[in-house]
Amino acid sequence: MTVNGVEHVRDVEPRLLLVHLLRDELRLTGTHWGCDTSNCGACTVWMDGLPVKSCTVLAVMADGRSVRTVEDLEGPFGLDQVQQSFMDCHGLQCGFCTPGMLMTARKLLDDNPDPTDTEIREAISGQICRCTGYRNIVAAIRHAADAEAAGRGDT
Amino acid sequence: MTGTLDACAGPGFGPVPRKEDGRFVRGRGRFVDDIALPGMLHGAVLRSPYAHARIRSVDVTAAESHPKVRAVITGETLAARGMAWMPTFSHDVAAVLATDKVRYQGQEVAFVVAEDRYAARDALALIDVDYEPLPPVVDARLALALDAPVIRDDLADRTDNHVFDWETGDPDATAALFARAAHVSECDLVYPRVHPAPLETCGTVADFDRISGKLTVHATAQAPHAHRMLYARIAGIPEHHIRIIAPDIGGGFGNKVGMYPGYLCAVVGSIMTGAPVKWVEDRSENLMSTSFARDFHMHGEIAADADGHILALRVSVLADHGAFNATAQPSKFPAGFFGVFTGSYDIAAAHCRVTGVYTNKAPGGVAYACSFRVTEAVYLVERLVDVLAHDTGRDPAELRMANLLTPDRFPFRSATGWEYDSGDYPRALRTALDTAGYAGIRAEQAARRASFEKTGKGPLTGIGMSVFTEAVGAGPRRLMDIMGLGMADGAELRVHPTGTAVLRLSCMSQGQGHETTFAQIVSHELGLPVDAVDVVQGDTDNTPFGLGTYGSRSTPVSGAAASVAARKVREQARQVAAVLLEVAADDLRWDAGPGSAEGGSFSVAGVPGVSVSLREIAMAAHGGLDLPEGVEGQLAATTVYNPPNLTFPFGAYVCVVDVDPGTGEVDVRRFVAVDDCGVRINPMIVEGQIHGGLADGVGMALMELVAFDDDGNHLSASFMDYLLPTAMECPPWELAATVTPSPHHPLGAKGVGESATVGSPPAVVNAVLDAIGVRHADMPLTPAHVWRALQGRPIRPDIAIR
Repeated sequence: MTVNGVEHVRDVEPRLLLVHLLRDELRLTGTHWGCDTSNCGACTVWMDGLPVKSCTVLAVMADGRSVRTVEDLEGPFGLDQVQQSFMDCHGLQCGFCTPGMLMTARKLLDDNPDPTDTEIREAISGQICRCTGYRNIVAAIRHAADAEAAGRGDT
Repeated sequence: MTGTLDACAGPGFGPVPRKEDGRFVRGRGRFVDDIALPGMLHGAVLRSPYAHARIRSVDVTAAESHPKVRAVITGETLAARGMAWMPTFSHDVAAVLATDKVRYQGQEVAFVVAEDRYAARDALALIDVDYEPLPPVVDARLALALDAPVIRDDLADRTDNHVFDWETGDPDATAALFARAAHVSECDLVYPRVHPAPLETCGTVADFDRISGKLTVHATAQAPHAHRMLYARIAGIPEHHIRIIAPDIGGGFGNKVGMYPGYLCAVVGSIMTGAPVKWVEDRSENLMSTSFARDFHMHGEIAADADGHILALRVSVLADHGAFNATAQPSKFPAGFFGVFTGSYDIAAAHCRVTGVYTNKAPGGVAYACSFRVTEAVYLVERLVDVLAHDTGRDPAELRMANLLTPDRFPFRSATGWEYDSGDYPRALRTALDTAGYAGIRAEQAARRASFEKTGKGPLTGIGMSVFTEAVGAGPRRLMDIMGLGMADGAELRVHPTGTAVLRLSCMSQGQGHETTFAQIVSHELGLPVDAVDVVQGDTDNTPFGLGTYGSRSTPVSGAAASVAARKVREQARQVAAVLLEVAADDLRWDAGPGSAEGGSFSVAGVPGVSVSLREIAMAAHGGLDLPEGVEGQLAATTVYNPPNLTFPFGAYVCVVDVDPGTGEVDVRRFVAVDDCGVRINPMIVEGQIHGGLADGVGMALMELVAFDDDGNHLSASFMDYLLPTAMECPPWELAATVTPSPHHPLGAKGVGESATVGSPPAVVNAVLDAIGVRHADMPLTPAHVWRALQGRPIRPDIAIR
């Protein structure tokens, strides 16, 4: 499998969860674990470009696939806009849900560069934040959409 | 003492971006489960499937023969070390691993240490426990029945499930006012059991060094110094050989105050194996066994005269404390700060009686951002006021306005003896009603109601409000302690020779942004840039002693400590500046300046152009200057802040809901929150704290419930069953602020972390009941509960639906 562009070859137990492979074996601890049941979304990563909850994906299911985690968001030219906007809009407090929220936000904006607030709320509705009451997360994603539109020269 | 938002202006204060965010958005936070020490082993807990059962035997032979298992710990193992039981925060003991009986489902029975986390879990299945099931006590109202099974037969001479009786207020004066009242309303209210459910569960990495005898515990600890003392007492390790390190904490909300068996078993596991042992609970373990909240069964009575003036309140409470009395609250307050139940009103007399009982449920009791049961108190009084409005045909806003304490009454001594420091309640309520457009929504509500009556179709609109008074920032020490530790906090500030600073704190952030807010406090006092102040917290080897972060204590207590320490440093700087400028110290004037790297400066009164900056003073203090007797060659100070009183933040909330009468579904359409927490050091962080608490309130009012069946089975042990609000249930919060500084806090600040959790549930419940025209129904108002309430058959929420 490929994780953040780097190829990894591993022998794993069939039952090993993707989240544990990422965290315990590859030491990519930015992806968090929160609930076991796909409810909280702290473990959200991309698999072949689609957000998945890595606590309910077996590592073997990622065989031959491409996985992207929060550690890959920052590029050579700095933070991804969603990272910057979460900072600018106080879209995080304890930081535990943040990596998952960022991965979903990035996917949303890639697919829909100008989402409505309702679309933003729907996009993150499979993820739980216990600190922010979501308002500033929604504002941060909106902020990122606007900043990226400005960067593209959209009017 | 009223003011405007201008009171929050000042050097260092303002919506400064958070210093901690850079690591979190990169996935570079360091939470306890991110820690991997060389040779680290993994622990797992075997838990009881029964709510109440005698343990006949525990056979660990098969588990011990698992090739990856390094140790198996049972109650007997711990008993041999004198560690099978531990003291609780509330004058009781709790089992670490069960020896005689299990007393709730999910209770810890054995602990396996293995080479990886999967193997540890596998080995749990190899442990054979022979249980003799016993009848459980599930319904708190039956706990004191004569034939109720005795849960705590471990305690000598125990023949019932009674924990304590506690009362406050004047029963005779209250009875006299009730006797002459024109109107009395009463109501039974359940504040059901809920759980703080931080997104990160509790966990630890315990690392015992056999050579030095030093124990290092990396743990999710809101109160690291209190934990150090507990480990010393329970494990018998000298306190100076224990270091507690709380790394980044993924939310606490009170859940990470207590001492849990898993932490202690990891310590024992590390002592036994000589390797570091990690234990991180899973979500079910978190929801089933760690500190719950509420579980207050209340009967309230409110007396009013013919004009709607509230005369008196009378309350009796049955408090379900679970199997061990382990509420984490000041030890002389068995019902926490529930005594503030007279709320924001001018009430002449009040009386309250609380009885605590044991049941076969998990221990805990005050966790979940409640300010030590102010949540229950506010819910009680704000619901009773609405019931009074309902019964007497009054508008709830007008009824509140007519009874609120007015600003001239402060400092105000309540009928139950609490001294409120400052407040302007009518202004807060007026601001909330104006922001919401109260009259307009009432008109809209009437139109919707008329349409429903004509067509039978919804939605129905409801408006609910609450005006809450919080009580936060415990101590003072003479009144408030945890296990004999007076509730105060320390701060230690050192300005380096080049003019940057490090501030060490006894409190510990779980997401509140201490690294930023506390740097701003130093910036405010010394004129240094926020970035020039580093904040150290959560490491007992590197921070001064103090009681930690819970009960909205950080800004009221540690914030005051930081301010006092910084002012001490400023006075040291004045002495050094006097030598530098060859003038008398009293002739120097302080100017905090624009927050530049030079810091503030001292100048000579009446001599323009002669001044010296803090940075220059810092270098000089460490240089060759001849300092007078008593002036040390450094800029450093330490302090312990023992608060003279609690601070009393307050606010007025208005909630607007739409209810579908066909399904009972509630849509929280608007929520207006006016909060007054005194001076706001970082208004952005304050607003974030309020947003989170409002979501908690919507969750508790509409969704969250820890329920049990008749056998004591926990029915809410995953996020599929314990429902938390998502972005879809939360409206875009509308916030406004008033500023009434605390007269006794050095910065005029009050705590705010729990205000919204305390204030919002009654506003949501009042709104839903206002929409459906029902006098009372208990939380959580799920669609099924609302629909049943509409049919006139409200459900009792705390036990399973039959």
